[in-house]
Amino acid sequence: MSDEIEDTKAAEETTVDEKEVEDKVISPEKAEEAKLKARYPNLGHKPGGSDLLRKRLQKGQKYFDSGDYNMAKAKIKNKQLPTAAPEKTEITGDHIPTPQDLPQRKPSLVASKLAG
Amino acid sequence: MAGAGGGNDVQWCFSQVKGAIDDDVAEADIISTVEFNHSGELLATGDKGGRVVIFQQEPESKNQPQCRGEYNVYSTFQSHEPEFDYLKSLEIEEKINKIRWLPQKNAAQFLLSTNDKTIKLWKISERDKRPEGYNLKEEDGRYRDPNTVTTLRVPVFRPMDLMVEASPRRVFANAHTYHINSISVNSDCETYLSADDLRINLWHLEITDRSFNIVDIKPANMEELTEVITAAEFHPNQCNTFVYSSSKGTIRLCDMRASALCDQHSKMFEEPEDPNNRSFFSEIISSISDVKFSHSGRYMMTRDYLSVKIWDLNMETRPVETYQVHEYLRSKLCSLYENDCIFDKFECCWNGNDSVVMTGSYNNFFRMFDRGYRQDVTLEASRENSKPRSVLKPRKVCTGGKRKKDEISVDSLDFNKKILHTAWHPLDNIIAVATTNNLYIFQDKLN
Repeated sequence: MSDEIEDTKAAEETTVDEKEVEDKVISPEKAEEAKLKARYPNLGHKPGGSDLLRKRLQKGQKYFDSGDYNMAKAKIKNKQLPTAAPEKTEITGDHIPTPQDLPQRKPSLVASKLAG
Repeated sequence: MAGAGGGNDVQWCFSQVKGAIDDDVAEADIISTVEFNHSGELLATGDKGGRVVIFQQEPESKNQPQCRGEYNVYSTFQSHEPEFDYLKSLEIEEKINKIRWLPQKNAAQFLLSTNDKTIKLWKISERDKRPEGYNLKEEDGRYRDPNTVTTLRVPVFRPMDLMVEASPRRVFANAHTYHINSISVNSDCETYLSADDLRINLWHLEITDRSFNIVDIKPANMEELTEVITAAEFHPNQCNTFVYSSSKGTIRLCDMRASALCDQHSKMFEEPEDPNNRSFFSEIISSISDVKFSHSGRYMMTRDYLSVKIWDLNMETRPVETYQVHEYLRSKLCSLYENDCIFDKFECCWNGNDSVVMTGSYNNFFRMFDRGYRQDVTLEASRENSKPRSVLKPRKVCTGGKRKKDEISVDSLDFNKKILHTAWHPLDNIIAVATTNNLYIFQDKLN
């Protein structure tokens, strides 16, 4: 019994020493965190929280509103709808996407190269 | 140092590599899953283009009894196609997230393959005979005029060249609002589970129009969302037990006998974290990317960004073993966050007798940890080491200071060459390692 108490006491002393050392030496992870915060000062404080998870859940979301599209078509009537610049990542805002803008998703007609 | 992987004396040799050599990788060719069947005779791969390729091991030849058979293409088919959900304005990728084999019950083989939204049951069967000698049909299929038939004969089966056919037998659709990350066949061989970010469903293999929700962690208010489900698996022999892992580094074990909805876990496995060590990256790197039961069912293994942990199902407080996969990346987390590599989902696997575990890393390196001998080794899957039966040389990453010859420094690692998917033959020392678009097969050296 007394051995145990002595052991814990010794352990406590070493952890105190370690903490003193740690205070002087920043862990690599914390150093990396400081680097990140320096590059992106506006980074939110909830790293693993809602924002990141919400982005994960929304994977695959495309933005196309058939109502807006048809309204725009009706307004312009005979004129052609403005097409988007070839370089675009998300179609939101003033430009109404047209079926031509949406990237074509076709199934692979080619066999896998693993089988060749 | 000779190489972990089932004893002190195991040496791994190159056996085969599948796939194109060129560096220009089409996105469809990116391998997304690799899985041996229960006998190890078949090896299935799925890719981002929605295709499945199945390889079959050739029987051991009589000439070289010591040499294990090679894996050759057995069947290939388009499992899933890209879809667009117009109601939700959601693009559904055809990428095969997981393949799981059913235990073989008759001559045909069955596997489940899934993309983000739909699971399909495929039957792969062989045809090596065909009927000939019909009375009303010519051999080429044209119909004969019944008036010209003067005698009758009995059609007979004649041998033909082997044809392997894959046909979709069941389509399990419309049960997942979020993206499916796991499927797992129950040991009862009648049911299986599918898990997405927030829910887990239980299916019967015969029934496609109904599935039971067994776990639902969606909060009433999505603003309160703090964690998602990252992987799930049924226990290998207890048909009532399954586990699921989370983005916060926890694993919950559930017992389906306890209640219909298993939102309350029976056990929760979590390693306590030192609050002083907490950083911006802590939660992200603690996210579990894979969970696998040992074949014995006594242990389970989890993979987070930097380590592999072995848990004893009887102890929830901490893992019994922890292996560092690439600890040197801890001082690179900032860049790995910027290039999104910190979100890479590595898988892990057990060898047949649960003595060795394996997982992938960057630079086309993969790691094996021998639990008994307490040895680990780093090997590389590359075309440079692809001479038949050449022994793989252990690789070493230099973490600082002077770089020795043959070592590679952390800054020279290619983070685009990631090995996310590996598989170990259930009985033999044969492993399948997937680089971005190539499949490597390695075997241990037989003398």
